[in-house]
Amino acid sequence: METALFILFSAVAIISCLLVILKKNPLISALFLVLTFICFAGFYVLLQAQFVAVLQLIIYAGAIMVLFLFVIMLLDLGVKQARIFNLFFQKSLGVIFALGFCLFLVSHFGRRLIPGRKGDLPAAVVEAAGNSETFAMVLFTDYLLPFEIISILLLAAVIGAVVLTRKKL
Amino acid sequence: MWVLLIEIAIILVKIGVVVGIMFFLIAYLSLAERRVSAFIQDRLGPNRVGYFGLLQPLADGAKFFFKEDIIPRHVHKVLYVMAPMIILVPALLAFAVIPFGNTTTIFGRPIQFQIADINVGLLFIFAMATLDVYGLLIGGWASNNKYSLIGGLRGSAQLISYEVGLGLSIVGIFMICGTLRLNGIVEFQTAALAGFLPAWIPRWNIFLQPLAFVLFAIASLAETNRIPFDLPEAEAEIVAGYHTEYSSFKFMMFPMSEYANMITWSALAVVLFFGGWHLPGVEHLPLPEFIRGMVYFAIFWGKTAFFLFCYLWVRWTYPRLRYDQLMKLGWVFLIPVGLLNTMVTGIVILLLQG
Repeated sequence: METALFILFSAVAIISCLLVILKKNPLISALFLVLTFICFAGFYVLLQAQFVAVLQLIIYAGAIMVLFLFVIMLLDLGVKQARIFNLFFQKSLGVIFALGFCLFLVSHFGRRLIPGRKGDLPAAVVEAAGNSETFAMVLFTDYLLPFEIISILLLAAVIGAVVLTRKKL
Repeated sequence: MWVLLIEIAIILVKIGVVVGIMFFLIAYLSLAERRVSAFIQDRLGPNRVGYFGLLQPLADGAKFFFKEDIIPRHVHKVLYVMAPMIILVPALLAFAVIPFGNTTTIFGRPIQFQIADINVGLLFIFAMATLDVYGLLIGGWASNNKYSLIGGLRGSAQLISYEVGLGLSIVGIFMICGTLRLNGIVEFQTAALAGFLPAWIPRWNIFLQPLAFVLFAIASLAETNRIPFDLPEAEAEIVAGYHTEYSSFKFMMFPMSEYANMITWSALAVVLFFGGWHLPGVEHLPLPEFIRGMVYFAIFWGKTAFFLFCYLWVRWTYPRLRYDQLMKLGWVFLIPVGLLNTMVTGIVILLLQG
């Protein structure tokens, strides 16, 4: 059952990722990226990290991509006009390198499992305590400094946005 | 093998019941809206089709089916057709985690009156509310029409602004109840309020977090695009906003999703603040198990119906907010007051524990 779901989510994610770069209309690309993020939320659920899955939907698919769509709609980036450059040489080189990279990945990781880092929060502990509790426990003790630094980063971004858009007094 | 099939059958029956109730309520909410609006405006409203106009939704549905379904030439065809679907799916999905009754034993199996009891239930509803924005955006953009685009952009900006306020308003409830599971929040509210008060006053969150309820009510009015926050679809200003270019069935899906959202947020207000399916005296009544389950079910839907009536009532009580007033309310009022509420709740919890 989980394998079937994993295969389904992976297939949809890979196809929509490919369509992000293959489609000419930037809005359609952004929508396929949203679909990719929704599949990622599915992956997180399969890994028993429901809290992260829902946060992925709320923050990534729900807020960040909406911002992308806003910008694309307001800037009116249309479908690309007639091709000025014939990029056959560049594209063929790109395809060769991409295939080579895929072969490298498959040969390196294809035949054995990638060992993850084993921490002190195995799945059993997380299930017993509950996802958000373990998340909060770790976020506010071990990772408190990065958390505060990220909030300062966000504050800088907000101040930057306000400064850029205010009227000259 | 049989056990799995029975489990799947139970889930399918629950989904059938919820979807059936939702569609029934959506249809009759449209009638209720027209009747309630009419009574507030001192007139009668539709009462010709059937007794008290009860067959009016059927007449409306038939009308929508037989209307000509136009796809204008200038729209982006794929997105134009998909936008109503995109807005309807999260609106219906959000109801999957709301508990509409107790865990009742039917034919020897304990059946939970909730489709999916996930441990981040409340955040799931927020995720569905966030995904609702896409229907507006895409509907507005695909229509290839200035007014639709403005309506769509306004609508989505309004939705994402009020989501922050909505999230902040219920952080206090997480802190008090200690869990994100909606069932856990309802069970928390079944206990008595305080030792020195009569025991039949339950520990409903409305008594513990009244300010949060005010913020939640305002933010959920904005989330569902209801008046006084319905500038995105304001008639007389931008024609019909993001659903200007839609006709017949595709158009009907937009109000359907609005009503579905209304039902979900009313149900959520009941679950979070008013004790869900619980009423103080019912567990002491000597009733057979099945009847008690049905009584809880009826209590839940009764409370939800009251909040739906409040949604309809507010519509003709307040004038529409202008866009800058709307944004100001969301960012300058809801967020700081939500933070204040969180802070005060945290301090009180600390003091009571220490």
